[in-house]
Amino acid sequence: MLQSTRDLAELRQRLLPRLSFRTPAAAGPPAAVLVCTSMGCLAAKSEAVIAALKEEVAALGLDVTVHETGCLGLCKFGPAALVYPGQVLYLGLDPDAVRKIAREHLRDGRLVAEHLFRDPETGAAIAQLPNIPFFRRQLRAVLAQVGVIDPGSLEDYIAAGGYAAFATVLGWQPEAVVAAVSRAGLRGRGGAGFPTGRKWAAAAAQPAKRKYIVCNADEGDPGAFMDRSIIEGTPHAVLEGMLIAGYAVGAQEGIVYVRAEYPLAVKRLETAIRQARRAGLLGKNLLGSDFSFDVEICHGAGAFVCGEETALLASVMGRRGESRPRPPYPVEEGLWGEPTVLNNVETLANVPLIIRKGPEWFAGIGTEKSKGTKIFSLAGSINITGLIEVPMGVSLREIVFGLGYGPPAGRELKAVQTGGPSGGFLPARHLDTPVDYESLKELGTIMGSGGMIVLDEASCMVDVARFYTAFGQDESCGRCTPCRVGTKRMVELLDRITGGTATVADLELLEKLAEDVKDASLCGLGQTVPNPVLSSLRFFRDEYLAHVKERRCPAGRCRKLLH
Amino acid sequence: MPEINPYARLDRFIRAYAEKPGGLVRVLQKAQEIFGYLSPEVQTYVARQMKLPASTVAGVATFYSQFAAVPQGKNVINVCLGTACYVKGSGEIFAAFKKLLGVDADETTPDGLFTLRATRCLGACSIAPVVTVNEAVFAHATPETAAAIVARYRKEGEERKDAAEYAGLGRAAATPPPPA
Repeated sequence: MLQSTRDLAELRQRLLPRLSFRTPAAAGPPAAVLVCTSMGCLAAKSEAVIAALKEEVAALGLDVTVHETGCLGLCKFGPAALVYPGQVLYLGLDPDAVRKIAREHLRDGRLVAEHLFRDPETGAAIAQLPNIPFFRRQLRAVLAQVGVIDPGSLEDYIAAGGYAAFATVLGWQPEAVVAAVSRAGLRGRGGAGFPTGRKWAAAAAQPAKRKYIVCNADEGDPGAFMDRSIIEGTPHAVLEGMLIAGYAVGAQEGIVYVRAEYPLAVKRLETAIRQARRAGLLGKNLLGSDFSFDVEICHGAGAFVCGEETALLASVMGRRGESRPRPPYPVEEGLWGEPTVLNNVETLANVPLIIRKGPEWFAGIGTEKSKGTKIFSLAGSINITGLIEVPMGVSLREIVFGLGYGPPAGRELKAVQTGGPSGGFLPARHLDTPVDYESLKELGTIMGSGGMIVLDEASCMVDVARFYTAFGQDESCGRCTPCRVGTKRMVELLDRITGGTATVADLELLEKLAEDVKDASLCGLGQTVPNPVLSSLRFFRDEYLAHVKERRCPAGRCRKLLH
Repeated sequence: MPEINPYARLDRFIRAYAEKPGGLVRVLQKAQEIFGYLSPEVQTYVARQMKLPASTVAGVATFYSQFAAVPQGKNVINVCLGTACYVKGSGEIFAAFKKLLGVDADETTPDGLFTLRATRCLGACSIAPVVTVNEAVFAHATPETAAAIVARYRKEGEERKDAAEYAGLGRAAATPPPPA
């Protein structure tokens, strides 16, 4: 049990040797292997890889430890493993491959070339992770410890400087914490981009005794896995963010609302909470202060609308996840009528960094109005799919081509979809758009939580718009008519268009209806569900017209229009 | 080991949650874990034990996609219909399963072996399209994967049936005769 901030600092000093050989500069014989056990790698049997590696290391009598780690981002080439010191990245592993690596690299010090990363353009093998362009072009701040620490180890997190930010704020007035977050310019990473400092200040100003911090880990956006990866890779950072938020606004209770579809994330969170409680980092009178805070997990039961804050709160209270009009905002009346701060996983994971490195450091990254970094999940028709973290304001081109190496050979980029069902499409000609809240909004899409799907010419924009609209219809909570009925009618119209029976009048009706659903719906879900339709109409109207007037699907995707 | 009455197990959980407000979703999740699905009887039971109107319980049970009101198959097949999977053809995989199993979304095959469901993004977009069967994850799936999955689990189902019969015989032989 840690009794004071000094205890924590002393513990960190004792634990430092754990990570000393995991720094980029460290040298020496292989000492540790970290194997990714995130979902993509697990599906590629990384558990068997770990078992085989441990067996071989033991059989050879090597002084090398084997650990789990979070998602490194190159999910497509999993399972992945990192050898320290040296940060040598191996990809596409199986039990035979790791036995070979154990013999040749861990024992004899020779790299195993066939499992190193190969540059998709030059074909050259690159051994060390920091030299791989995919990583070199990123700015990993929130994800900095992923691939370095074992997410199941509190000791690793503390050795990496974890909970030091929490210890620091205990010496400050709560107002100073809110001020620091405001000065940093942190905005909500869940999608809407509301200034976090302002939200905290509003909650802090409430006189209520009971207040809550709720971490939104619902991440219902199809095509997004940032929050899952953060929790799986560095669960304690989320807890530390919640502790700091709790201290800043005067809350004693925290709840993580997490999707049931993320079993590993749930497991890692449970472990982290247990460890933090045992160490005295959650519970009563933390680090000898008079601040008490504890965190519980609330399992989602499957409803996209529960990403919307008022619906999420209804769900936490055991009710149907239906949204309600705001105001009152959750910071005034949230859980059980008490002031509640709802922040997304990525937002909270940024908080310890802001305290540790300073608001000025944070504000120095990004654009004038969008500060810091943003994590994106890159998927679809692209050579390197995976998880990336870049400073706000980089261009879409840099993300899609610089990091992701663009669509596979022979394919042409057609559009990038951002923001999921609440977002829209950006056509290839807008690839130089800087990725920040304002620029994306101007083009009719949103940052959203950070899902980014690359579409090539084989995708029909009408079909994809229909896909999102059908999703929205399915996930509508049904409480308000524009959303419940409007989206249903929109899907019917889109079905007629993709089915080749629509008229020009239908197309006009679709556009009008989309505007109406956007204007008249009660909550964020209904207000944004028409966005994919409106956005594709804006940039790809030709395709709609080809369907309607010529009964032709330019992408060759709509079956009923194939002759 | 004597089988604990499933209702008693649920009761124990409800008591643990009685102190906490808003435990209904959690209790229903537990009930589904115990019973496999939320039958009208189970829903009524939960309502009575938690002193809630039956309509409230039914309202919550029908709202969330995780809850099922009918028995689920031994193997629950989930085809991810998230965007990344969809643009890579998971729609066709879903259609292949429908055809192979002769059921529609959220239906169970008459032999109780399979339930087909569509899931909304598992967050594993880089290995799209993704299919899961119970806990097992199948990456980069195709309509051919669907055929292989159905064949494999049908075969396992047969083997398990054999094993169950065998185990049943073994148990019967090991049971001591009742005292005279």
